Amino acid sequence: MNKQVREPLFHISKRGDMPWYFGWSIRAAAIILALISCGIISTLVTGENPIQIYATIIDGSFGSMRKFWVLLQNTAMLLCVALALTPAFKMRFWNLGGEGQALAGALAAAACMILMKGQSNALVMSCMVITSILAGALWGCIPAFFKAKFNTNETLFTLMMNYVAIQLVAYFSVVWENPKGSGNIGVINPNSMIGWFPTIGGQKYLLNVLIVAVITIGMYIYLNYSKQGYEIAVVGESERTARYVGIKVEKVIIRTMLISGAICGIAGLLLVGGTNHTLNSAIVDGRGFTAVMVAWLAKFNPIWMIFTSFLLVFLGRGAGEIATDFGLNQSYGDILTGIILFFIIGSEFFITYKLSFHKASKKEEK
Amino acid sequence: MDNKIAAVKMRNITKTFGSVVANDKVWLDIYKGEILALLGENGSGKTTLMNMLSGIYFPDEGDIFINDEKVVIRSPRDAFNYGIGMIHQHFKLVDVLTAAENIVLGLEEKLDLKEASRKIKEICALYGFEVDPEQKIYDMSVSQKQTVEIVKVLYRGADILILDEPTAVLTPQETDKLFAVLRNMRDAGKAIVIITHKMHEVEDLSDRVAVLRHGHFVGDMVTKSTNAQEMTNMMVGHAVTLNIDRPEPVDPKPRIEVKGLTVRSIDGILKLEDVSFTAYSGEILGIAGISGCGQKELLESIAGLQPVESGSISYIEDDGTRDEIIGKDPLKIADMGVSLSFVPEDRLGMGLVGSMDLSENMMLRSFRKGKSFLTDRKSPKKLAQAVVENLEVKTPGIDTPVRKLSGGNVQKVLVGREIASAPTVLLTAYAVRGLDINSSYTIYDLINQQKQKGVAVIYVGEDLDVLLELADRILVLCGGKVSGIVPGRGAKKRDVGMMMTRLGGNSNE
Repeated sequence: MNKQVREPLFHISKRGDMPWYFGWSIRAAAIILALISCGIISTLVTGENPIQIYATIIDGSFGSMRKFWVLLQNTAMLLCVALALTPAFKMRFWNLGGEGQALAGALAAAACMILMKGQSNALVMSCMVITSILAGALWGCIPAFFKAKFNTNETLFTLMMNYVAIQLVAYFSVVWENPKGSGNIGVINPNSMIGWFPTIGGQKYLLNVLIVAVITIGMYIYLNYSKQGYEIAVVGESERTARYVGIKVEKVIIRTMLISGAICGIAGLLLVGGTNHTLNSAIVDGRGFTAVMVAWLAKFNPIWMIFTSFLLVFLGRGAGEIATDFGLNQSYGDILTGIILFFIIGSEFFITYKLSFHKASKKEEK
Repeated sequence: MDNKIAAVKMRNITKTFGSVVANDKVWLDIYKGEILALLGENGSGKTTLMNMLSGIYFPDEGDIFINDEKVVIRSPRDAFNYGIGMIHQHFKLVDVLTAAENIVLGLEEKLDLKEASRKIKEICALYGFEVDPEQKIYDMSVSQKQTVEIVKVLYRGADILILDEPTAVLTPQETDKLFAVLRNMRDAGKAIVIITHKMHEVEDLSDRVAVLRHGHFVGDMVTKSTNAQEMTNMMVGHAVTLNIDRPEPVDPKPRIEVKGLTVRSIDGILKLEDVSFTAYSGEILGIAGISGCGQKELLESIAGLQPVESGSISYIEDDGTRDEIIGKDPLKIADMGVSLSFVPEDRLGMGLVGSMDLSENMMLRSFRKGKSFLTDRKSPKKLAQAVVENLEVKTPGIDTPVRKLSGGNVQKVLVGREIASAPTVLLTAYAVRGLDINSSYTIYDLINQQKQKGVAVIYVGEDLDVLLELADRILVLCGGKVSGIVPGRGAKKRDVGMMMTRLGGNSNE
């Protein structure tokens, strides 16, 4: 028989109700700890003063007007993809295909710019908007259709659709290469600027930011106050309950993924028409995956997602700035970003659970 | 009484989950050679207390003594080492393995199935079980599975057995068998704890009762010197009446007519075969049967949730016009003007959304109303408020997720929503499963009120005593077929029990 009478050192239990600020203070503490860790590691590696390093992080985002606008633009684009994924995630449909859906939209937009030579700017622009939304929606709808009809695994399906999109874009990069032999598309319509989004008040990125702001508010209302948003929530929580009250689950799955894909398509459109004016298979830059984290960290709340996407972009740019300023390569920035994310994600554990340590055992060992 | 030996002493046991105190300084003694019934309303902390004994939870405070020796139980394995075995409400068996394989699963000794089978047969002979060690679990009935669970803990040398609502899934005959075995084990000196809500079982089986209320230990007493009324009063904390009304049906008219209904599951297994009956307005039609005999399929067919192979289900209006229900989904049935309410068995998995709050759950039935793209949030809020007030739902507020409410309150919310739409047909599946006495009687009252309003109530129940007291007629299902329909007044429990296990009930022997 087991004669051990030692109590466990600690045990884990779920936290009960707590005020909202409790969770946020833990998250804030995690970010501060993350920054301290990054500072210590960077100091050890570079020998620089940690204050200097933090200053560099801030400088990466706020160092100049241009850097600030890049920060806003990147935040907006990341947020846009995250907003697109959110309705699917609320439905517990794990859409990991944001990358591919955005690429499909980007491909469609670029195709309009390249192929509609000699057409008016207005016509090209409207075609870009329509085709990229349709392309993204199609890319999202295919896995949804198979999920609804045959209950295929959406995680794998959406993930693999990414690679199809990447290969398609790679193929067209060669078909439309400019100049010949480069294998790249280069800037499209550099002189006529056909299909380039207008600058507002001299700011190239302002239109993108405004469009995403509208989508954010729209998505918040859609998810929280619309009948369709309510259906999405019910289907996500329990398909059986949804059927019980007469919600057509298949229809909701397909409709929601159409919306999810369409907004990804808009992200692709904004990247081509508003930001880069070119197309390559790296144009979405992993946002389809980073957006998963943005959505989860914000608990699928579109308004909080503004902060989480801002945070991730800010940290990423700060890390990159350290890498360049101190002559380290880009991987060092990735390491720092990794450390920061480790802390942020780890903090969720402490928000959900608490550790109780036992007082030193009062018993004698037998 | 002084020669009793305490197998377990629990002292000052406290366990909290977040801000909820599940057990507050509980003292409990469990004696050898005695069957202890642990009583308490839902959420009074019975299962939590027993889970600490079987190593699933770890107490925040307090001490546990086994045979007068202070012990620390950190895991189910520790509990086994101290001879404690718990039989949970939901069986923990591997379907594709045999009884013997399940019983030795996880043991660290050398695997010898022959030797194991021999030992299993020995245990069975000792206490009067019937288990075939070679039989696969998926071939077994619910009661056989339960027997395997009990043999499993005995095989591991358990002297202290805890059974959490063991009779919820058994027929009366199977219950009698189980009780005989439990008495044998008691006489062999084992300590047995049984958690149950059924008073007549407590009186029938136990030697002593211990009562918990809101996590506190209220008291214990010898079963012989108390009665159901006194025990109930102790559990609830005030006097309650233990009678179910059964008003005579007023002006019953045929409302739902089922003819030759045959249903297959997705796997092609016959679930209902040629079922025919009529449910009348102003009447409670009870459905009895061993669990899994087609009750669920029957109700879901009427509710438009179950694909049907053949047969017809007609909804008959007061003026005699008939509408076919089969082939329509819940939305279309509602569009026909049929006000059909359904309280499903799985409350949080089907009837409600656990993570949504009360008013959002009220919206489930009504959110489509109106042409606006946006939902109307005001009327569900009003309805939630009304349900909370009228049915005395205990909740911090209408913006509390229903998952956080206790079982009885969850059920009140569900029933409250379903009857709010003034139904003409009310389907209920195991409406009081897992509910304590107080909540159960509230639900019976609500169902009776609906009956008196002229609603055709179809009540699937598992407690035969209740069915016999509540229903006007009882339809008995056996293996998906109608075994018989008997009037509720004057029906004998034994006869209905026989009909549940054998078609028609009275064939030979």
